[in-house]
Amino acid sequence: MRITCPICGDRDRREFYVKGAALARPEASATLEDWHEHVNLRDNRAGETKELWYHEMGCSAWIEVCRNTVSHEIVSTRLAATADLGAKR
Amino acid sequence: MRFSGWRVLKEGLTGNKGWAPHWRDPEPQPEYDVVIIGGGGHGLATAYNLAKEHGITNVAVLEKGYLGGGNVGRNTTIVRANYYLPGNSEFYSHSLKQWEGLEEELNYNVMMSQRGQIMVYHNDGQRDAMVRRGNAIINQGDDAELLSREALRKLVPILNYDNARFPIMGGLLQRRAGTARHDAVAWGFARGADQRGVDLIQNCEVTGIDVENGKVRGVQTSRGVIRAKKVALAAAGRSGQVAAMAGLRLPIESHVLQAFVSEGIKPVLDHVVSFAEGHLYVSQSDKGGLVFGSYLDFYSSYAARGNLPMVEHTMETCVSMVPALAKAKVLRSWGGIMDMTPDGSPIIDHSGIEGLYLNCGWCYGGFKAIPGSGNAYAHLIATDRPHGAATKFKLDRFRSGQGLMDEEGTGAQHNLH
Repeated sequence: MRITCPICGDRDRREFYVKGAALARPEASATLEDWHEHVNLRDNRAGETKELWYHEMGCSAWIEVCRNTVSHEIVSTRLAATADLGAKR
Repeated sequence: MRFSGWRVLKEGLTGNKGWAPHWRDPEPQPEYDVVIIGGGGHGLATAYNLAKEHGITNVAVLEKGYLGGGNVGRNTTIVRANYYLPGNSEFYSHSLKQWEGLEEELNYNVMMSQRGQIMVYHNDGQRDAMVRRGNAIINQGDDAELLSREALRKLVPILNYDNARFPIMGGLLQRRAGTARHDAVAWGFARGADQRGVDLIQNCEVTGIDVENGKVRGVQTSRGVIRAKKVALAAAGRSGQVAAMAGLRLPIESHVLQAFVSEGIKPVLDHVVSFAEGHLYVSQSDKGGLVFGSYLDFYSSYAARGNLPMVEHTMETCVSMVPALAKAKVLRSWGGIMDMTPDGSPIIDHSGIEGLYLNCGWCYGGFKAIPGSGNAYAHLIATDRPHGAATKFKLDRFRSGQGLMDEEGTGAQHNLH
């Protein structure tokens, strides 16, 4: 599996740390239920899914990767900074 | 049909023509008391226990492929009860006791081999942790022995005791642990359930779960609608998708775990040995092949195959810890889909929908749990109360944060187990 870093290009999977599902972070004041969903519950889809990968041994960018969990195909990638996942302030 | 020494002898002398199929191939009925989704180890053991322990025989096990075609046939066959935390500790203790009587119980040779399992330690900190774990295991009523470096060397001479970075300082031995023939476990439970009237329905994929007013009514399948008073999930790596049919989201991510088998070689390893550093577990099958594995690939996957970096890691660790195996050829490798929970421990609980039950989140430890899980899950389905050995496998622990069982101590978070 090779992952396309938006900054560095195609790189070996070994350069990356995977965080898991790319989810928008709830606000600090969100309900327990919202936080439970964010921390624990997952769609766990078989097929295309969005994940956060960290280019640990490269440019240190956090990347939102759209990947197919059945075929392992990398469908698209973009910088997580552009994916609007942060909590609203 | 029962097995006996006499029967095997007679069949051997008469061309093995008298054996009948081990279970029927019934058409699905329109309605059952209990429908179990998933014909793997846990589903079949649950069906067997419903019929045997609770007299509930109007039961169907629905399997989308063939019986035992999932993780029960894709694991490294290790059976042990050396868990540390309350909750896991009593459950796996219960399960190991069930393993010990399983062949007589099922009249089926599951090749249960209590060859002993050794967790190797490499430094003082790990030794302390092993002492503590060993005491917890003994307190639970199971067996654990701390082995010095010399005692371990005598028992398992083939290991690399003087690796510069990870020298082996000793190990924790559980003599009652070992391996079993994984397929036979599924077949034994399947035959036992079938003999007690359970319908085992293969090539029957569940495509929907009918819920009305918060109560389960039955399932839609590739072979028609089946109504049921109770529906029980036992779908392992596919649990998330099956639960989604009932509108549920589970605290589960499915990951791929790879396993490997080498060519057959002469007996070199009598025990199951696992290493903390680099993580490796290895045993030698009765055919002579080494069966071994390491970590998850650590990304979500339904592919039943992994990537090369983890293959490389596993081989490196294997050759570092057991250098004599360096020239053995790897015959095959495969991947299984693990239903990973945030804390790495399982769920046997109500789903929140009346009549719908959950058995999932077995992570990479489902095989050893099969007899205990079948026993405990059947108890929950039949009585609506948790079995005494599985009271802590609650779904709600993730919401409340109470009773999390993070055996590895890495934190109850999805990407850490």
